Amino acid sequence: MNKIVGKELFSENVVKLEVEAPLIAKSRKAGHFVIVKCGAKGERIPLTIASADTQKGTITLVIQRVGVSSRKICDLNVGDEITDLVGPLGKATHIEKVGTVVCAGGGVGVAPLLPIVEAFKKAGNRVVTVLAARNKDLIILEKQMREHSDEVIIKTDDGSYGSKGLITEGIESVINREKVDLCVTIGPAIMMKFVSLLTKKYNIPTVASLNTIMVDGTGMCGACRITVDGKTKFVCVDGPEFDAHQVNFDELLMRLGSYKEVEPQNR
Amino acid sequence: MNKEEYLAAQRNEAWREAVRKSKKNKERTDIPRVRMNELDPDYRSRNKEEVNTGLTAEQAVIEAQRCLDCPTPTCITGCPVEVNIPKFIKNIERGEFLEAAKALKETSALPAVCGRVCPQEKQCESKCFYTQKLGKEAVAIGYLERFAADYERESGNISIPEIKAKNGRKIAVVGSGPAGLSFSGDMAKYGYDVTVFEALHEIGGVLKYGIPEFRLPNNIVDVEINNLKKMGVNFITNCIVGKTISYEDLQDEGFEGIFVASGAGLPNFMNIKGENLIGVMSSNEYLTRVNLMDAANPESDTPILSGKSVAVIGGGNTAMDSVRTAKRLGAERAMIIYRRSEEEMPARLEEIKHAKEEGVEFMTLCNPIEYTGNERGRVTKMCVQKMQLGEADASGRRRPVPIEGATEEVSVDLVIVSVGVSPNPLIPSAFKGLEISKWGTIIVNQETMQSALNNVYAGGDIVRGGATVILAMGDGRKAAAAMHEYLNQK
Repeated sequence: MNKIVGKELFSENVVKLEVEAPLIAKSRKAGHFVIVKCGAKGERIPLTIASADTQKGTITLVIQRVGVSSRKICDLNVGDEITDLVGPLGKATHIEKVGTVVCAGGGVGVAPLLPIVEAFKKAGNRVVTVLAARNKDLIILEKQMREHSDEVIIKTDDGSYGSKGLITEGIESVINREKVDLCVTIGPAIMMKFVSLLTKKYNIPTVASLNTIMVDGTGMCGACRITVDGKTKFVCVDGPEFDAHQVNFDELLMRLGSYKEVEPQNR
Repeated sequence: MNKEEYLAAQRNEAWREAVRKSKKNKERTDIPRVRMNELDPDYRSRNKEEVNTGLTAEQAVIEAQRCLDCPTPTCITGCPVEVNIPKFIKNIERGEFLEAAKALKETSALPAVCGRVCPQEKQCESKCFYTQKLGKEAVAIGYLERFAADYERESGNISIPEIKAKNGRKIAVVGSGPAGLSFSGDMAKYGYDVTVFEALHEIGGVLKYGIPEFRLPNNIVDVEINNLKKMGVNFITNCIVGKTISYEDLQDEGFEGIFVASGAGLPNFMNIKGENLIGVMSSNEYLTRVNLMDAANPESDTPILSGKSVAVIGGGNTAMDSVRTAKRLGAERAMIIYRRSEEEMPARLEEIKHAKEEGVEFMTLCNPIEYTGNERGRVTKMCVQKMQLGEADASGRRRPVPIEGATEEVSVDLVIVSVGVSPNPLIPSAFKGLEISKWGTIIVNQETMQSALNNVYAGGDIVRGGATVILAMGDGRKAAAAMHEYLNQK
């Protein structure tokens, strides 16, 4: 069960894994995530599903090496098995024809953005995708994004690829030249915060897909709670996508650091 | 033969009569109730060893002699799964401990669990002749149940209940907690092909993620689960019905009946200022990290925040489990903050007693109204509102009302919120056609546990909102009997 059948290194610290999970491949939709646990003493962590192949019965996950648990997953090879894999979890992305959609992805957030780009395009929207990363090596899935987008804009911090600048500048260039009906953003919380601030200024409805600390992923623990429009919400069952303009990103950023001092590598 | 006739016939067996006649009732009632053997509070509050160490065989036999083997055993009516209590106790009295365990398993799928976590003082023991008529302490039915189950397990001669010929009919169970396990055991006995789907990576539900090892060791739960496996029950972990597979998938796969025992999912919070600070969490999260994920073990990848000054909000068993866990993980100050007085606390008396022995402070008639934190967002202080008891409310308990102006600041670095749970919305939203109450619970026929969907039955916290292990098991048993009857008529 959960055997790894494909592995690709996007960069030194970003890995794509194709995992056998026929039931999840069949039932997942864009926006869903899974909980993964590696080893008997492993931690349960959420990962958004990048794509699925119902024929082969596999799902694709893109993981960035950041802590003990993501490192264990990144170190798995073809033929290895993920000890525990459960899903699909969360609510699927609400897809409809709205006009022009800007899909803005940063870092490994680009991976779960891909099925959303695909779905919005299929629903008849004009899709402009903005991808951003520190440098050229960290830009992932560009080819696939181009296949499903009307246009792809690339921004890098160091200007080594696309044009130099932040993701917000890429989004603003689109807003300045055409009417944007919806923005969807996935990436580091700090990036989504600034994307949200920008689109709020222009009054463009924006959806952010949040990745928080979770244990069970089914609503039981409340570790993932955030404040949306002044109310406490659980990312695992109420999300992971929310109206970005209502999300308290500062609290989210704070809560992401809950276990910083006690994470195994810091013990 | 109906239930009463069956019990009477059993009671009239020669060995039972002989045991009854071996002692005068006066001799029996003169014996004082046994005291449970326990670890020393100072020692136990620093590890996760089981607090209650059980009765010795000698203690158990003497306690069993207290039971009068009444002609109308009212104790049985106090048991949600209707264990044949006198039968198992009289077997202990005559030294047939394995027979006692068999008698338990006629109706209970998890005797070693029930013997540990059931609130017997509110159930069987409250209906005991000693409590009802003699004004004396009840026969220690719970301790004896645990003794018989432990004896059987430790003897290595675990009996597997008799199973009817396989009928080839497939039954699905959603959730592997006490309701699901109890249902599965009974359906397996009737001869069905039972598959249990569990969302987590471990089987046992609240018995694993919720109740701590010092009250219910995981290996004891595992033995009971293994018994069910030996009875032919299949378990599938990491599978969420309603997400991984749908209600329609289950029907397509040929499952004729579905029992939903998905538990009470969502932890309640109080919606007060500062509740999302770092270091404020639900008891579900805290206990899951420690119990299911073994986070206090340095070899575990799951982190846990340790606290020197820990406040647990609430007065139920889960609150007691949380505060005693905090003590074991090194809290210098571990406090229960409860808005009513100790008298109204829903926790079992034994849990309250154990917590006090272990040095837990009880701040009753106090309600948190705000948390404040440091620059990194970690909680540092809690402001509590002092309360007093007013008129009785709908629950019959006196309602706590704030004393105006009386607040107190308490230094804390960890707050565990244990103020109840709400039903998990997953199943109610995934099974079209279910009737759902305004609290989010599944509405069932109280007698049969059948839902608005004919082939779907439900029990435990998804129906009750938040109850006990034994009530969940009682639901499982009731649902199994009713579903068996329904499927037989089909």
